[in-house]
Amino acid sequence: MLLQQLINGLTLGGVYAIIAIGYTMVYGILELINFAHGEIYMLGAYLGIIFLSFFTVIGLTAVSLPLAFILTIILTVIFCSAYGFTIEKVAYRPLRNAPRLSPLISAIGVSIFLQNYVMLTQGATDKVFPHRFGESGIQFMDVNITYLQVIIISVSGLLMFSLHLFIQKTRIGKAMRATAQDKTMAALVGINVDSIISVTFLIGAGLAAVAGVMVASYYGLVNYFIGYIAGIKAFTAAVLGGIGNIPGAMLGGIILGLMESIGAAYISSEYKDAYAFVMLIIILLIKPTGILGKATEEKV
Amino acid sequence: MIPKIKKTDTRSSFFIALLSALLFLPFKGIKPAGIMFISIFILLSAISLLKKTKVIDVIKAIRIPKIERFRTFSVPAMLILFMTFPLILKDYYIDVLIMSGIYILLALGLNIIVGFTGLLNLGFAAFYAIGAYTYAIFNTKVGLGFWASLPISASFAAIAGLLLAIPALRLRGDYLAIVTLGFGEIVRLILNNWDSLTNGPNGITGIARPLFAGFSLAQLKYYYYLVFIIVIFSIVIIRRIELSRIGRAWIAIKENEIAASSMGINTTKYKLYAFTFGTFWAGIAGILFSAKMQFVSPESFTFMESILILSMIILGGIGNTYGAIIGAFILVILPEVLREVQLYRMLILGIGLVFLMIFRPQGILGGAKGVYFRG
Repeated sequence: MLLQQLINGLTLGGVYAIIAIGYTMVYGILELINFAHGEIYMLGAYLGIIFLSFFTVIGLTAVSLPLAFILTIILTVIFCSAYGFTIEKVAYRPLRNAPRLSPLISAIGVSIFLQNYVMLTQGATDKVFPHRFGESGIQFMDVNITYLQVIIISVSGLLMFSLHLFIQKTRIGKAMRATAQDKTMAALVGINVDSIISVTFLIGAGLAAVAGVMVASYYGLVNYFIGYIAGIKAFTAAVLGGIGNIPGAMLGGIILGLMESIGAAYISSEYKDAYAFVMLIIILLIKPTGILGKATEEKV
Repeated sequence: MIPKIKKTDTRSSFFIALLSALLFLPFKGIKPAGIMFISIFILLSAISLLKKTKVIDVIKAIRIPKIERFRTFSVPAMLILFMTFPLILKDYYIDVLIMSGIYILLALGLNIIVGFTGLLNLGFAAFYAIGAYTYAIFNTKVGLGFWASLPISASFAAIAGLLLAIPALRLRGDYLAIVTLGFGEIVRLILNNWDSLTNGPNGITGIARPLFAGFSLAQLKYYYYLVFIIVIFSIVIIRRIELSRIGRAWIAIKENEIAASSMGINTTKYKLYAFTFGTFWAGIAGILFSAKMQFVSPESFTFMESILILSMIILGGIGNTYGAIIGAFILVILPEVLREVQLYRMLILGIGLVFLMIFRPQGILGGAKGVYFRG
């Protein structure tokens, strides 16, 4: 029972972690809570359904389901990255030098827009993922780990690992770290801050898209408002690990997922969404910098 | 002289329009995406032209004369106008006006917290819900009347505000916003799941309309006057406090907290005042709402409700009491006017917020300086 919950929690946690990375990267560079990020995840889930249905219609799923699934994920990532890029260009870039509240309100505006856009075009009812991947999986004592869970855990692990390599080893990664530390200074040493911010949005949105497709296939149902709750949970994960800190976001996501599934199993499943918020409030009150975050000096 | 659009501007407008159209393709098909492309391209070109002609700067700098200047004429005229409305208007319009009154109270309350003191609160609907549910529960389970419940509802909301503020005020800026948001969600989840008390998602029905001297205010007309009187009363009180020592302290905290505390203002104390006093009005709005609807359910108190109230004070001009009133009026009445496009109203609100931030971040009445909107 406990082991089963741990596996379920790890699955959820992996998903939260890769959404949280998008939040933490944007916050690290722009100090903006990107409320539209949860919506990107929701769009990812919808686009996943749309593309997979399209492949079913043209008969690709009958030929090779894994190929269709991989193509779906690739297309969804491309589209969602483009969404992230466009949102940044349209709604955040004009407000780059504006006071703090302006981009936050603008982000909320984008989030409301996307939610209602999807509701209008796709309907307000639940949408069903075209393929159920079934309950079959690895039996281990009395624990059942489905193949889908294995895939989700390993994909999110892989994504996190490659992102870590990307940030630590590549030139763009270094430029991103520099920009996060000090935008003006980074611009002075010849980093194109605008394009680095665009890359940040591209990567964050792409990761959220993968999370969206994986969750849609895991639960089998999506709705136009899933982005809001998932966004808040991912943000909690980012805060939990220390906002602006990418390994922290990964750790925070996994802790949050574990806590949620264990809480739902042993305390009450009705309040499973509330655990994240309670956790968020407690963390912010005890250690606002998060687990791996460093205290920054207050600028006067 | 009309300046020409630069080639780079055209290119970037074209690029963004193409991208947006492509993004809409999987949802809508080719034809709407084409329309989308053309309209976005025209829109962006218009914006870049506006930037060239400095129209945006002019829009940003427009100063609406202060209401105080017209006080002697406009205030009595408005009062008389609003007094006569129920006599001449149909029930439907009175209903809309009552809702605007309730939202004015909410906007005024939130304006104290966000506008005066600069503490961003994204969970204001929670206090509204606490006020509404307090009356609903006391009325249906205990049988308490409206007038007895009014102070209870208001003080429950205020106490909840205080209880949230005590720990949360150690945080600032975005973190405070997120904690209040989380608090709002927790309240909504409790309302949704505590079936024995709140009747869960089905809500509570059969809430009584208020009585006044043994006379039921069930008719909308009479209820309108009740809301009207409470709104006027609260505007007067809030204006008095805004202009008092406390109000000055709030504004000082918003402008610069460190400077304020070095001038001897106990910032924590005044922030607690702001939270308690602001949520107090949400409690009153809540009881008015549940008495009007005679039904409450968690559906009415979502995050979107909090955002709607926030949009009202931002639209009107943050930190400006009259701005909050105007914002509430516009955002309640506008969706009613746009009945035909009701489906699209949230869509429009979303785009509207983005454009408002780009074109006129200080709102209609503008001019409010402070942490958030210092230019």
